[in-house]
Amino acid sequence: MAKITYTDQQGNSKTLDVENGLSVMEGAIQNDVPGIDADCGGSMACATCHVYVEEKWLDKLPKAEEGEVDMIDMAFEPKKNSRLSCQIIVTDELDGLKVTTPEKQS
Amino acid sequence: MIKTDVIIIGAGPVGLFAIHQLGIKGLKAVVIDNLDKPGGQCIELYPDKPIYDIPAVPECTGKELTDRLLEQIKPFKTKFYLNERVEEVKTKDNSWSIKTNNNNEFIAPNIIIAGGVGSFEPRKLSLKDADKFEGKSIFYSIKNKDDFKNKNICIFGGGDSALDWALELSKSSKITLIHRRKDFRGTQHTLAEIRKLEKQGKIKIKTPFQLDNIEGNEKIQSITIKDESGKSEKIKTDIILSFFGLVMKLGPIAEWGLNMDKKNISVNPNNFETNKKGIFAVGDICTYPGKLKLILSGFHEVALASVECFKRARPNEKYKFEFTTSSKTIKDRLGKK
Ligand SMILES: Cc1cc2nc3c(=O)[nH]c(=O)nc-3n(C[C@H](O)[C@H](O)[C@H](O)COP(=O)(O)OP(=O)(O)OC[C@H]3O[C@@H](n4cnc5c(N)ncnc54)[C@H](O)[C@@H]3O)c2cc1C
Ligand code: FES
Repeated sequence: MAKITYTDQQGNSKTLDVENGLSVMEGAIQNDVPGIDADCGGSMACATCHVYVEEKWLDKLPKAEEGEVDMIDMAFEPKKNSRLSCQIIVTDELDGLKVTTPEKQS
Repeated sequence: MIKTDVIIIGAGPVGLFAIHQLGIKGLKAVVIDNLDKPGGQCIELYPDKPIYDIPAVPECTGKELTDRLLEQIKPFKTKFYLNERVEEVKTKDNSWSIKTNNNNEFIAPNIIIAGGVGSFEPRKLSLKDADKFEGKSIFYSIKNKDDFKNKNICIFGGGDSALDWALELSKSSKITLIHRRKDFRGTQHTLAEIRKLEKQGKIKIKTPFQLDNIEGNEKIQSITIKDESGKSEKIKTDIILSFFGLVMKLGPIAEWGLNMDKKNISVNPNNFETNKKGIFAVGDICTYPGKLKLILSGFHEVALASVECFKRARPNEKYKFEFTTSSKTIKDRLGKK
C-alpha cells in the first residue's frame, strides 16, 4: 500500500491509499480522481493517463520502457517528468508519491 | 437518403461482427466509421500485437482479426461509409434517422452503436490559435500532396507519419522536422534517409523543441519553438503539419439523449437496448453490471441485439432460432451449398 497524491493544474489535490499491484492510473480511476482518462484501459496505447511526476521521484521509479516514451510523445504537453500513470505500478516504496495531472489529456 | 434495416455506428471488431449476426438473420445493414478503414482499436492501436483470448483462435494480431472478420462478412456485401462521423440521431416516422458530417442521411428502424471509446480523431495542437488556421495552414493529415509544394513546412512529431511525410515532401518543399526529444521512432531505413537529407541540407531537424507560438493573421508567417530550458527560435513557416496520433472522442454520442454512465451508454443486458427503443449499444461503449471490455463480450452482445433488431425490422415475421450448421436459409445467405 502507498499513499499517492494526485494534484490538478488548479492545485486541487487528493491523497489516496492505493493497493500494491495496482497502477497509479487504476488508483485514480477506481476513486474517481478527475484528470486521467485512460481511454485504452492501461495498454499503453492512448497516452490519456499522462501525469507529471514530482521531480524527486523520477529516479526512484522504474525507468520508462521505450514504448512508454514513444507514447509520451503523443501526450498533451509532455515534459521531462512526464510518465504514463498506467505504467507506474504501486509498491510500498512509492509511499508518498506525488503526481500532477496535465491541464487536459487530449 | 439511404434506407436499411440497421445502421451500425462504428466499424471496430464488434460493429463488424454485428454485420454477420444481422446478415445471417436476413437483415441489411450499413456501417459508418470516422476512420478511413475498418477495425477500430484493433487496427488503429495495435495492428501488430497478438491477441490471445479470442475463442478458438489461440493467437492473432489486431490486423489479422480485422481481416478475418472482413472475410467472414463478405457474403453480405455490406456498404461501408468511412471517413464519416455520425453527428445527429432523430426519430422519424417510427424509425430513426441519422446524419453524418458528410451530410449523408440514413433511415432505419434500428441503430446499433458500436462506437468503442468514441470516434478516432487526430490529436490537435493545443495552442489556442491553432483552431483558426486548421485546414488552411495547419493540417493533421494529407489528402493531396500537390497542395504542399514549394512551401516552408514545419512538421511536428517523432513517429512514422512525421518521418514519412518529411521524406516525401522534402522533394518539393523546405522541411523542418521538430520533435520534443532527440530520438525518433521509425524504421532504420527511414531514419538513415532522414539523416542523409539532413546532411545534404534538405531537411532541418530541431530537437528537443516544442511549439510555443504561431505568428500571422490570415496565413501563418512564422512559428516560435521552445526547448525545456526556455531557449526559443523563430522559423519562417507557411504550413504546419502535426502528427501526434489519434485520440478517441466520444463526441456527439453524448448528445443523443441516451442514458449514460460516465462515458458509457447504459443498456439492458437482455438485448443491449438503450433507454430508446430500437437504439442498441454494444462493445466497449456499453455498460451493464459486470461488463468486461473484451472483444468476446462484444460478440455476445451483438448476437443478442441482432435478435431484437429482427423483431423490430420484421414485425410480421416470427424470429426462429437456427444453427448455421444446419439451417438451409443461413447457408443460402452465406452463399454455401
Ligand atoms: C493495446 C490494446 C490491446 C488490447 N488487447 C485485447 C485483447 O487481447 N483481448 C480483447 O478481448 N480485447 C483487447 N483490447 C480491447 C479491444 O480492442 C476492444 O474491446 C475492442 O476494440 C472494442 O471493439 P468495439 O468495436 O466496441 O470498439 P472500437 O474498436 O473502439 O471501435 C469503435 C469504432 O467506432 C468509431 N466511432 C465512434 N463514434 C463514432 C461516430 N460518432 N461516428 C463514426 N464512427 C464512430 C470509431 O472511429 C472506431 O473505429 C485491447 C485494446 C488495446 C487498446
Ligand atoms: S491508459 Fe492508455 S496509455 Fe495509459
